Amino acid sequence: MSQRHPVLTMTAISKHFPGVRALDGVDFRLFPGEVHALMGENGAGKSTLIKVLTGVYGTDAGTITLDGDQVSFAGPMQAAAAGVSTVYQEVNLCTNLSVAENIFIGREPRRFGAINWREMRRRAQEALARLDLHIDVSELLGSYSLAVQQMVAIARAVDVQARVLILDEPTSSLDADEVAQLLRIMRQLRDEGIAILFVTHFLDQVYGIADRITVLRNGRLVGEYLTAELPQLALVEKMIGKELDALEQLDSEAGRDAARAAEGTPLIEADGLGRAGAVAPFSLTIHAGEVVGMAGLLGSGRTEVARLFFGADRADKGRLVVDGKPTAIRNPIAAIDRDIAFCSENRRTEGLIGELSVRENIILAMQAARGWLRPVPRRKQDELVQRWIEALSIRPANPEMPVRNLSGGNQQKVLLARWLITEPRLLILDEPTRGIDIGAKTEIQRLVAQLSDGGMAVLFISAELEEVLRLSHKVAVMRDRQLVAQLTNDDSLDADRVMQAIASGVRQEGLEKV
Amino acid sequence: MTTTPLAVRADRAWWRVPQRHVPVLATFVLLLVMYGVGVSQYRAFSNIQVIFNIFIDNGFLLVVAVGMTFVILTGGIDLSVGSVVALTAMVSASLLRDGLDPALVLVIALLIGPTLGLAMGCVIHFFDIQPFIVTLAGMFFARGLCTWISSTSIPITDGFWTSAAQERIRIGENFVSVSVLIALAVVAVAAIALAYTRLGRNVYAIGGNPQSALLMGLPVGRTKIAVYTISGLCSAIGGILLSFYTLSGAPLIAVGMELDVIAAVVIGGTLLTGGSGYVFGTVLGVLVLGVIQTLITFDGTLSSWWTKIVIGALLFAFILLQRLVGIRKK
Amino acid sequence: MSTVKARLAPVTGHRLFWPLVMLVVLLVANTVYRPSFLSVELKNGHLYGSLIDIVRLSAPLILVALGMSLVIATGGIDLSVGSVVAVSGAVACLYISEQPDQNSLGGVFTALALAFGIALLLGAWNGVLVAVIGIQPIIATLILMVAGRGLAQLITSGQIITINSEPYKTIGVGHLLTLPFAIIIALVVTVIVAVLTRRTALGMIIESVGGNAEASRLAGVRSRRITLLVYVVSAACAAIAGFMMTANVSSADGNAAGLWVELDAILAVVIGGTSLAGGRFFLSGTIVGALIIQTLTTSVYAMNIDPQTALLFKAVVVIAVCLIQAPAFRARFRRRKSLAPPPAPTAEKQKEQVPA
Repeated sequence: MSQRHPVLTMTAISKHFPGVRALDGVDFRLFPGEVHALMGENGAGKSTLIKVLTGVYGTDAGTITLDGDQVSFAGPMQAAAAGVSTVYQEVNLCTNLSVAENIFIGREPRRFGAINWREMRRRAQEALARLDLHIDVSELLGSYSLAVQQMVAIARAVDVQARVLILDEPTSSLDADEVAQLLRIMRQLRDEGIAILFVTHFLDQVYGIADRITVLRNGRLVGEYLTAELPQLALVEKMIGKELDALEQLDSEAGRDAARAAEGTPLIEADGLGRAGAVAPFSLTIHAGEVVGMAGLLGSGRTEVARLFFGADRADKGRLVVDGKPTAIRNPIAAIDRDIAFCSENRRTEGLIGELSVRENIILAMQAARGWLRPVPRRKQDELVQRWIEALSIRPANPEMPVRNLSGGNQQKVLLARWLITEPRLLILDEPTRGIDIGAKTEIQRLVAQLSDGGMAVLFISAELEEVLRLSHKVAVMRDRQLVAQLTNDDSLDADRVMQAIASGVRQEGLEKV
Repeated sequence: MTTTPLAVRADRAWWRVPQRHVPVLATFVLLLVMYGVGVSQYRAFSNIQVIFNIFIDNGFLLVVAVGMTFVILTGGIDLSVGSVVALTAMVSASLLRDGLDPALVLVIALLIGPTLGLAMGCVIHFFDIQPFIVTLAGMFFARGLCTWISSTSIPITDGFWTSAAQERIRIGENFVSVSVLIALAVVAVAAIALAYTRLGRNVYAIGGNPQSALLMGLPVGRTKIAVYTISGLCSAIGGILLSFYTLSGAPLIAVGMELDVIAAVVIGGTLLTGGSGYVFGTVLGVLVLGVIQTLITFDGTLSSWWTKIVIGALLFAFILLQRLVGIRKK
Repeated sequence: MSTVKARLAPVTGHRLFWPLVMLVVLLVANTVYRPSFLSVELKNGHLYGSLIDIVRLSAPLILVALGMSLVIATGGIDLSVGSVVAVSGAVACLYISEQPDQNSLGGVFTALALAFGIALLLGAWNGVLVAVIGIQPIIATLILMVAGRGLAQLITSGQIITINSEPYKTIGVGHLLTLPFAIIIALVVTVIVAVLTRRTALGMIIESVGGNAEASRLAGVRSRRITLLVYVVSAACAAIAGFMMTANVSSADGNAAGLWVELDAILAVVIGGTSLAGGRFFLSGTIVGALIIQTLTTSVYAMNIDPQTALLFKAVVVIAVCLIQAPAFRARFRRRKSLAPPPAPTAEKQKEQVPA
């Protein structure tokens, strides 16, 4: 394969932003007819590299050659015209336009200067047929599911005689079936000779489809490898760049004693709780001092369960029992009244108020519970905030800094602090360690263990099985918006069994009947 | 839910099929109902000339509303239209008074609006300032220029203008004015431009999702500047039509017209958030306003302020309707 | 050079710097034109002078703009304040005009209470449309902006209601403790709003709703109540401004009272540094903004320029202040300045890319 000439070569690319060296002499090459995975942690420079390639940013140094000719695109449109098309993580199409238009806008077929709608629909149908998608192209894009929209985005990208297709985390909002279909289409396009640059966080997808892997770390190239020659563990090490034992330490500390936690009256009990279109009715019990881990694929209904417990969405079936008494939790305020706290997985959109200071963000939930007429005295605010900045080592330790200027990990800690000062009895954490650096991740895991030892109940949602297994007394497994299994986390439970439960959906041996 | 085959479209009930047409249909029904009320109450209302008169009296409003439709479709707003209409009429009147050739006056007057629109569009795009504020400044600027030209009304006695004003184009028993034909021509051109040109489709795309439009490589900046220029041009044409209609240029004419125009566009089913709406809807919206005025005139006992109250109530009803059919953007 | 610059940075970087510079420029220009401009004298125990006049005349605008600041901070906008001004003025004047004794304090207070109550209802209407039904603020308040004007004319039957009531007139042109009563009212309302927002947690809660509504909801903030409240406060401020404006001329004109005050108020808020997108709000900035607008109007009058032509100047000031505050404009300006000596090719290229 490497005998052939690469269709795209990026050599010694550097890019600076004020205060940040986003790319530092990075090389990258892409061969026709291959899927090349670009891997790296957050901040590694993946998206900057893509933006430099497609001309969103200019380069400070380095050259890009396409088919042997040096190129420098002025923007994504020019890049696309030269055969380099991009599909972004968020579907970047217009839901208010028809499917056909979304494929062709900007280059609509015209006759006598006017858009030829019939021709456009015909060609759109053809383009989608190539991806084995048969839908009414004159319908508004917004009336189709996210997966279909993603396919339409790919159809748009490859229709321009693309030789290079960039897929920037296209699978993050798709379910398993949809991912399978996407991978199938990627293989088909690869076999047609298109070079695919694939960015994803899912290792199994990388090993399922990529021929070659390039790893970036902190804006530098770590190396380029053939997938077959790079074991998964080695890949993770190259991405993270430091030993993994920081995480392992927790095992000894936590010492999860499953039997102890599940004693006495449950703190909260969901009894046939459900919401049409979000999650099928489920029953789940959480005791004080218990960490209930929630495992399942993205989109399996984990977040929906959390939102029902917190009243962020209203349940239309079943009931919640708090302290043995049936309790209606219709909105977050009612949940907070019952000492329930919820850290959403979307810190920026559903968690923090970027413009407000660290102090104001930390104090917000407590203040909201008191009502605006009874402000938390400033001295008490400063005291509380200072204490939690130290306890969680939030950096920079400046309570008056706007929270949007903090890094992801520190933002997560601010969000945690907001809820911890309200002294909740149940803390719901939805992907608290996603997108933050490894150090902060360990700290948060350690904190969860401490809180539970102190008697707090925790509902811990994470895509990482290892993390769930390490922290939980009990693991609730979600699949296709159903709670399919509840596994006691004793010595016999391991990742394989949980994955088995996720994969098969069949109730496993050792299931706790609650 | 999640295992739905990809080829099946997401949940859609039968009544949702023409969803994007619901607001326009509602306006059309309302128009028919109001016309029906008029016909049943007043004998003279059934005369076709009543409809033609609505067009004659609101021709300039229609043209300006068409320009506004472009702006609102991109999710913007243009508060300057009323002042630009007045400025165009003022400039025409004062230049004609100075004895300039009518053809030249027409060209100059028609250039003012687009120039101002272009300038505002550039400020909005390049400096990223809210359209609301920029066009507000444009509104002040144009109105200020009006009184700077003259603080009193200037009559127009030019032959071309008076003949354009008085020319009656017969259609059977009835007649329309030149203005109506011009207004309808503007509507036709705008409708075709929106449906069949790249500029038109880009307008919808930007209103739907500006970030996506940018990433799809659409000329977002150029389109934004273009819509304000188009709105300026429409205001200029509207100003000329108004000067045909009143045969004068007055510094304080068309004050508050932007409100009527925005109301007409919204009643016509265009979303103020952008991305959805039709020129045809705007025509209906203007007609609704016209019929209300006509009904109040026919009644004779109702005072003019009822127009405002009714327009307010209609705005409320239509906005509620937009919420109900669920075409609100998130 | 650079140390001076560095030392000045906190001053020039302050959000009130440019608005204050603008205000000072206007005052200096006036003083140059008319040296007596700055003089303030005590006559019959009352303070007189151009400066006092400017503050007195800007009082209604300050009131409306204060309410507008809160609305804008929640990410909303209130276009209906002009109509509320007209309605409240019309109701108060109508009630007083129907009293046998227009000078009776009881009658005037009843009139004020009645008009104020109606204004609160109008504010609540806006609030319900925005907070409960979930209509975009600009459209929701557009309804009352259009219909309210008609309502005001309906109340006055399309006439200008003239009244002859000394107590009512005092609101606009009276004096208390040497100062015009209007200034005192504006001051009191300012203090109330400032205390209400900054001594309680209301300000922070408003900013959190405006900064991120969904996150606020999930933090347990009762966003609906807050949103409803700010529209009611805005209408209340507008009502007081309406009393002041009608008292100034002892008559209520449903058509003209408070016309375009919403635009001036929004301008004052924006000039004061509050973003139309919501979030942080600055009451002090708003007041400076209102003073700038009134100073501009007054200077134009003083220079014998047609008040309508004054709009030209207003347009220039609006654009100037907005441009100076616009990050995009500043960035361009700074880049050009810093890159001027060696023209950097990348920067040039980026600039060319922008229109494409």
